[in-house]
Amino acid sequence: MTAAPERDGRVLTGTHFMLGDHACAEGALAAGLDFFGGYPITPSTEVAERLARRLPAVGGRFVQMEDELASITAIIGASAAGARSLTATSGPGFSLMMESIGLAAMMEIPCVIVDVQRASPSTGLPTMVGQSDILQARWGSHGDYGIAAFSPASPQECFDLAIRAFNVADRYRIPVFLMLDEVIAHMTERVVIPAAADIPRQPRKTPDHTPEERRYLPYAVGEDLVPAMAHAGEGYKVHMTGLTHDERGYPALNAATHDALVRRLVDKVRLNAREIELYDEFELEDAETVIVAFGCTSRSARQAARMARARGDKCGLLRLVSIWPFPEQRIRELLERGRVQRFIVPEVNLGQLRREVERLTRLPILRINHAGGRMPTPADILEVIP
Amino acid sequence: MSATATPAIIASSHPNDPLLRSDRFPHILCPGCGIGTVIHCYVDAMAQSGVEPKNHVCVSGIGCSGRAAGYVNVDSYHTVHGRAIPFALGIAIHKPELRVTVISGDGDLSAIGGNHLIHAARRNMNLTVICINNFNYGMTGGQAGPTSPRGSITSTAPQGVHDRPFNLPDLARAAGASFVARWTILHVRQLREAILRGIHNPGFSFIEALSPCPTNFGRANDLGDGMAEMEVYRRRCRIAQSLPAFDELDIDFVDEERPIMVGNFVDIQRSPYQPVGEH
Repeated sequence: MTAAPERDGRVLTGTHFMLGDHACAEGALAAGLDFFGGYPITPSTEVAERLARRLPAVGGRFVQMEDELASITAIIGASAAGARSLTATSGPGFSLMMESIGLAAMMEIPCVIVDVQRASPSTGLPTMVGQSDILQARWGSHGDYGIAAFSPASPQECFDLAIRAFNVADRYRIPVFLMLDEVIAHMTERVVIPAAADIPRQPRKTPDHTPEERRYLPYAVGEDLVPAMAHAGEGYKVHMTGLTHDERGYPALNAATHDALVRRLVDKVRLNAREIELYDEFELEDAETVIVAFGCTSRSARQAARMARARGDKCGLLRLVSIWPFPEQRIRELLERGRVQRFIVPEVNLGQLRREVERLTRLPILRINHAGGRMPTPADILEVIP
Repeated sequence: MSATATPAIIASSHPNDPLLRSDRFPHILCPGCGIGTVIHCYVDAMAQSGVEPKNHVCVSGIGCSGRAAGYVNVDSYHTVHGRAIPFALGIAIHKPELRVTVISGDGDLSAIGGNHLIHAARRNMNLTVICINNFNYGMTGGQAGPTSPRGSITSTAPQGVHDRPFNLPDLARAAGASFVARWTILHVRQLREAILRGIHNPGFSFIEALSPCPTNFGRANDLGDGMAEMEVYRRRCRIAQSLPAFDELDIDFVDEERPIMVGNFVDIQRSPYQPVGEH
């Protein structure tokens, strides 16, 4: 296979041997990234480094911000002006971003955040793997709101899901997280980048009226619960606030408006969950043991399922590509078939994803957990399969 | 004929109405507060700027001054506490044709948001920052902040503020701002001209606007109502042509002899922020 024909283009069409973090950056570029604001942090730094070189060369803007508080807010501001915008961080920086992630949810300004998970809490093991930010991704900012989070299991998926992250963010006007773990971020594998024309692009819904008609209501919605978005400089004179607001975007500080607004922020994701969610199945048809896994852990899980099959155990894998929305409907369907006797949830944390499975079933859930710094091997998983 | 009982003419419109969200009036600000005056100066400056209204953007943080963005009829964003500057930076870098102004308070910009203030100044970002300094956190009931003068009484410094306050114009200059001014809301023309200068400055402009907060800071420190504090400004302000020495910029409400220095302190040519790839 040869290198890209268009070495300096936005889309490096061709086959590459590429680092996960770099594949994230290339996916964002292919998706039309306009603005990156970030602060260096291991193990996400290679995303910023790649974009520092590549983004200005294709007409985008790269800014190294003073901290993660500034990074997240700058990308929200750029997106308010119409940019496809991105930041990349790891656990400590992700924690710092939480307040403004709530702002993006409340103002309904789309943005994409790459979080390369390392062993946590606090500074933890900066260079070693973790998968312990997944509940923070869902619940980290104060209050109720909707988001989406994707978890690539290979550099190829880093590329593919970066594109999907932007499309989902723009479609639903939400913050979207690309939750790598250190193993995937620092893994180098084959990445196939399609032709630019084959990169799917979901545009933002824009106002039906011209500014002169003065009929545009920034937060009026139809059936899909997603308002049309006017950007800074387009003449609509929008007002956006993190305060509870009405359809005009004006503060409306009362309980009824608040309840309706927050319910809509949650429902626009909840009711569209099946359009957003993604998962991958391996040998689930007759499985008595179902492994539910994501990210690097799912690679060991797939091998463990193969090994279990080889010794005659009916084992399959439900690999979560989207962690949020969590594909609960799919798990309910598996349960209704009546064949499943147990779940195994291996993860590099002390049981965050297991709680989601526990909500849905009273079947035994076998756990394989490590707090971080090491991922489970196929043998670790095989060992608990009865 | 007696003129006593004749009501004053109440105008039904004002030339600046198109730049105000009059459908949001009455505003939330207290009687005697200076924030409305600063908004008025900003609106006047926009009207005189020659820049189309659609190319003006106003960004605020949180607090009484943070509500400013909600009253101006341009694209306006009321963001989270301390982060108005990076939000504005994102807009200004993505759409450099826009004139982005940040209006926020002293606590928002120099305490929780202080890091962003110095870094935007360092970059000489194309932003105009209007810092309305009322010497305390007004929205939350009058707590001490990094600009509360030594000895002043606040709800979180009932024995008097002990810490040394920030000297904001000196801070902005040291960090690299290319235009630095301080005026009070008594100086409406000078304040408007300074904002206009900021709008046209291709780099970072920092304008401190001293403003009464009679409800909280004024009452706790026996400064009287808004008018009384304006009288203090009238009596004690001295206009400086260049940046005064660090200590001269200090504000002291106790020492009646001490002048309050105002003026356009810094106005220099310094290469403005250029995105990577356009150097």
